[in-house]
This record gives sequence, structure tokens and C-alpha cells, in this order.
Amino acid sequence: MKPEIREKIIEICNNFNNNPGELINILHGVQDFMGYLPAEAQELIAECLHIPTAKVYGVVSFYSFFTMMPKGKHPISVCLGTACYVRGAEKILDEFKRILKINPGETTPDGKFSLTSLRCIGACGLAPVAMIGDKVYGRLSPDKIQGIIDEYKD
Amino acid sequence: MDKIKVIIDNREVLVDRGTTILKAAQQIGIDIPTLCHFEVENLKIHNKPGGCRICVVEVVGRRNLAPACVTECMPDMVVRTNSIRVINARRTVLELILSDHPADCLQCAKSGNCELQDLAVRFGIRENPFIGEEHEQSTYQLEVSPSIRRDMNKCIMCRRCETMCNEMQTVGALSAIERGFPAVVSTAFNQHLELSPCTFCGQCVAVCPVGALTEVDHTSKIIRAIADPTKKTVVQVAPAVRVALGEEFGMEPGSIVTGKLTAALKALGFDYVFDTDWSADLTIMEEGTELIGRLTKYLAGDKSVPLPILTSCCPAWVNFFEHQFPDMRDLPSTAKSPQQMFGAIAKSYFAEKIGCKREDMVSVSVMPCLAKKYECSRDEFKVNGNPDVDYSISTRELARLIKMANIDFTALPEAEFDSPLGESTGAAVIFGTTGGVIEAAVRTAYEVITKKPLPKIDFEELRGLEGVRSATIDVDGLKLNIGIAHGLGNARKLLEDIKAGKCQFHAIEIMACPGGCIDGAGQPLHHGNSDIIQARWEAIYRADKEMPIRKSHENPSIQAIYKEYLGEPCGHKSHELLHTHYFDRQTIVEVDVDKK
Repeated sequence: MKPEIREKIIEICNNFNNNPGELINILHGVQDFMGYLPAEAQELIAECLHIPTAKVYGVVSFYSFFTMMPKGKHPISVCLGTACYVRGAEKILDEFKRILKINPGETTPDGKFSLTSLRCIGACGLAPVAMIGDKVYGRLSPDKIQGIIDEYKD
Repeated sequence: MDKIKVIIDNREVLVDRGTTILKAAQQIGIDIPTLCHFEVENLKIHNKPGGCRICVVEVVGRRNLAPACVTECMPDMVVRTNSIRVINARRTVLELILSDHPADCLQCAKSGNCELQDLAVRFGIRENPFIGEEHEQSTYQLEVSPSIRRDMNKCIMCRRCETMCNEMQTVGALSAIERGFPAVVSTAFNQHLELSPCTFCGQCVAVCPVGALTEVDHTSKIIRAIADPTKKTVVQVAPAVRVALGEEFGMEPGSIVTGKLTAALKALGFDYVFDTDWSADLTIMEEGTELIGRLTKYLAGDKSVPLPILTSCCPAWVNFFEHQFPDMRDLPSTAKSPQQMFGAIAKSYFAEKIGCKREDMVSVSVMPCLAKKYECSRDEFKVNGNPDVDYSISTRELARLIKMANIDFTALPEAEFDSPLGESTGAAVIFGTTGGVIEAAVRTAYEVITKKPLPKIDFEELRGLEGVRSATIDVDGLKLNIGIAHGLGNARKLLEDIKAGKCQFHAIEIMACPGGCIDGAGQPLHHGNSDIIQARWEAIYRADKEMPIRKSHENPSIQAIYKEYLGEPCGHKSHELLHTHYFDRQTIVEVDVDKK
């Protein structure tokens, strides 16, 4: 682990007074900063809070928000909220899965794309929608997905 | 304390405030079923997550059912423990637990001793209306470490193991992970136990109600070794085994079965049946001499001497300080544990004596312990890859072997251990419980230091089941401060005090299991019955009293081996055979995790 990453994690723990009761907030902080929670980060958090690493991992593995997979360069989020769902969001997700050969929660081996699903981004008028990075793609259909992915093949 | 009255199943009972419904019912002989709840009162072990809900009861005036294990009695409370509503709820709870539990009871290591199986029998479960999401497929791989076998598909999330590992032992290897059907208790990143801070104390195994955590079974390897005509089999039996094995054959807890145990091992076909008590006496000679040596130097003004000296007989404790306090590893005695001393002598001195090559000797130990399995697999206890102790089996495994070989244990005539590694003293037998090792050491140290006979052999002040104890022994004017801890959480307290310079002990005895070896993880399962622990504890001291010789240095066979083979305690040959060194395992763990 790079020393600056190490220091930042220690700083986040310090900001919460290394209080084990703040574990979830600390994990949020570290995940915001790193994009994911690798084993080394969990070890370090455990050390700072004087709790077993197993306990930290217990919390990380319990909440689906926390991830131990690094996010891709272009994180893809497919909305499965009600409006998108009824307009065929599942087929959109399936098409991403088919093309990228990964499941939600996973990252492509080249680190380029990661895939997640979420519930509603407030763009129901454009349903079904997906986001790649900060960019929103609306009124999707499965035949448009390959073209969108190709935009990122740099 | 003022008493309150409650009515349980139409019967009045007076209880102290704060008493749970479960305890109140027990007072009048009503046995409410429990599963996650686990308690050993005299060892202060408590697991009360109130999670499984099998103990629910009806409380008049309360809308929902109440879990009896965590609901306190209130004045004039009216409780029904067997209404149709209660029975139906319990059945449903049980069916739901079983819906996510493999039904391979026939082949399960826990079969016949499983609390979930007992409940299924008690509730007459014949079919299950529920099928769990992951019932058909296994989510977790079976993991086999040197000591412990983990089959997490069988975990029912009672979290007893988690309580033992974290609260009692403060090891921190285990935690609840994941959620929903995949939820189990496991290690950080669900990695192998050997990569975790696990000490293999096995207290998780000792409390697991189901077959999720069991010992690694070597019984078939033992049978094969005995049947091999090219091998000489040598077996040693630890002190605490003789006060517990009888339970497996329906004998009263606390029965001392040394003679029958010896006879059973001979009937099984071991070539030589010896006693770990013999090497416990040897341990006292080495460890005692080391203590006297360090103490003499210290009293002569050398303040650099590592004190207090810590005992090193308990392999889980050794693993604990190697993981958690590696910077203090100059404190423990370098003396090997009795099991490893025995192994080293069996495959050197004894092998030479009977003209047997070490590769042709199979050395087996019967231990109340699971960490002993790990200990004997350590590389430093091997010569050219050949271990001093080939297999360590638990008290439970020995019982299985005896049953398999259709030996009628209770009817066996008593037999004696073979010579020369079978003679022992009362000082050795008390190694089996907390306080025993240090009492044995004091008995010898006193006479060696003062050159006078002990005025009183029994050091009552060192005995008991309190987690941390201390006593000052007057060795003819020299005040020897002794500390004792059992349970690794208590050991941690003492170590932290030493680190902070808060205690002035000269010697400290530590045993990893609460109660010491009598409650070791290899012993017959007591299912939380503290009377069993108490009975074993009393039996240890009874066995000591029954011995004609009660001081290790008076063991004639020990005196002979020093004369004939070893020279003097802590001498050159002793160091080679009977002493060891310790490692910093903290770094090992970190390196392995970084690699992931």
C-alpha cells in the first residue's frame, strides 16, 4: 500500500477518534477515497480501531454498499428502479453483462469497466437509463449498448 | 437481594431480580429448549445473543412470544412454556433452521452429540415444509487445518464460537460474515485459519452445538499405524484425559480412569503405553531450573534478566503470544511442552534403548487439546521431516477408537503404564488444571532452593477457578510472587499489565482454555454443565493425593534419565532435546494478507 494512501486511511480513522462505534462511517470514508475496500485497508482500519480484522470484514461483507472489488476506470450503473424496470432495464443489464462478460459487482479483468445496478437516479422520464461515470444515457435499448461501450474503447 | 414471584406453567417460583425466565424455569425442573444460548457458570462463559428463538415462551399480557434466555422475570409474571402457540412457534423456528442445514447426519462427526439433532428428535421432525435458498448446494468449502475442521455449511449462526474467540479468548480470529443464507461465522476475508490469528485453542469447537466446527480426526491413521508390523507404536496420555475419558462411557464425571485407560490402550495394540505425566515431571525439572536460574541472576543484581518467567506448556498460549505479543517472546520459558518433550525423548533415548529407528517409530499422544495437533506439526519439532509426535488425538477420538475396537471400557481390569516413560508423580497430574503447573514448579523449586523438605505439599492458595489469581509463596524468606491466568482473555490482561510495568510477578502460569486442560477442546463435550468441570477439577487434585510421590524431582525414572542420558537440567543435551524457540507470527500474518 502506498504511504500516502496509508496516511489518508489513518487520518480518516483519526477524524472519528479511532472509535470502533464509527466503523461504518470510517468504511464509507475510506471507500469514498479509494473506490473500494481492499484487504490491506481493512487490516489497517482494524489496527487503528483496535478491533479484529474479522470484525471489519464482517461489516464490509454484510452491507452490499461496501465492495472489495476495485471500480473500473468507467463505472457503469444500470438503473433498476421501478420506472426503468417496467421499461426493460433488466434486458439492458443483461446486455452489459453479455458484452462485458461480468456480473454486477464485478470489474472487467482489464480494469476498464465495472458494473453495478442501482435504484433510481431521478431520470425516470428517460427510462430505461444507465450511467457511465457521470454521464447519463437515456431511452436505452439492448441494441444501443455495444455502441455506447465502443465510445469508451480508447 | 429481594425476591420476586413468578408463575411458570401454573407453578410458583421465587427468584432474584434479574433472573431470566429460562433460569427460573430450570429452578423448578422445567427444561426449556435452547440452542444459541450457552453458559458455563463457574468459568464465566456467557453467550446470550437471543438469536435462535427456540426458547420462546408465552408471557400473559405480552403480545408476542418472549425469548426465555434473555427475558428477565418481572413480579407476578405468568409464563407458559408449553402452550400450543409456543410449541408451534418452536417447531417453525426449528424447521427454518433445518431448511438451511445439510441433513447428512449419518456421516456427520457430531452425530449423536449434536444439539440441533437432539432438538429435531425432541420435536419429532419428520419432514420439512421449508427449503432454504442454498440448501442443495454448498456455499462454503470444507476447510481442514492441522487442528480444526470447519464445515461452514453447517453453521447455524448461534455465534457461540464468536463469543469464545473474541470475548473469552480475545483472539479475534472469528466474526459473523455475510448476510442472509450465506451468513456464517468465519475469519477475515474468509481465509484459511492458519492465516488468521487463530491459536487453535479449539474453544470454538468445544462450544459448537452442531457439526460446523469439529476436530481433525486421526483415528484411522492410528489404526493403520498399529496394524503395520514394521512400526513400533508409542503412546503417551496427558493428565487431564484420565479424569474425563470415563464420561464417554457413561461413568460419573470426575471418575479417575488411569488404570482402565492404560488397559484400553494396551488392548488397542499400542506397543508401548506411556504417560505424559512422566514428561510433565521432566518439564518441571527444566522449567524449574530455568526459573531458579533467572531468579538467582536477578537477585544477584542483574536486572536485564527476563522476568516474570511464563510457562510454555500450553501450545495455544504459545501461538497466542507469538501472534499478539511477539515482542515479549523472551519471557516464556524455552522448555518444550510435556507432549513435545516426550516425543523428543521417545524418538531418541527410548528408540535407542529398544533399537528402533526413528522412522520406524510412530509416536502418538492422547490429549485433552486440539492445539496439540498443531503443535506436533510445527517444523521445529521435526528431525529431517520426521515429527517427534506423529499424531495427536483428542480424548474424544480415543473414546471413538475404544468403541470401534469393541472394548468394554467400564469392565476393563486396571493396568499399569509401561516403564521407563510411565512413572510419574502427583506434581505431574495437576498439570491438567489451572494453577497446577506452577504448583508443581513451586514444590520442586522450594526444595531445590532451600535444600529443605516442603513443610506442606498442597499450595491451596494457587488453586481455584478464578480467571486471574495471584499468591505470594514464602520460600524460606524469599517472597516468590506468582500469577496465574486461564483463558486467553485473562492472559492478555496479565501481559498488558506486565507491559505497563504494573505487576511484580516472578513467575506466571498461563493456560489457554478456561479451567485449564480439564476443559480443553479435545475433552468430552460438557454442553455447558459446570458441574462436570468442577468434578474433573476435583478429580485432578484427588489423583495427585493418591500418588505415592508428589514432587517431580523425586521421580526415580526422571532422576535416572538425567544420570544415564541427559546430564543435568538445562544442560547441553537438555537444550538440544527439550528446549525450543519462538517466532514472531504477527509479521507472517500481515505478509500473507498483503499478498492477497
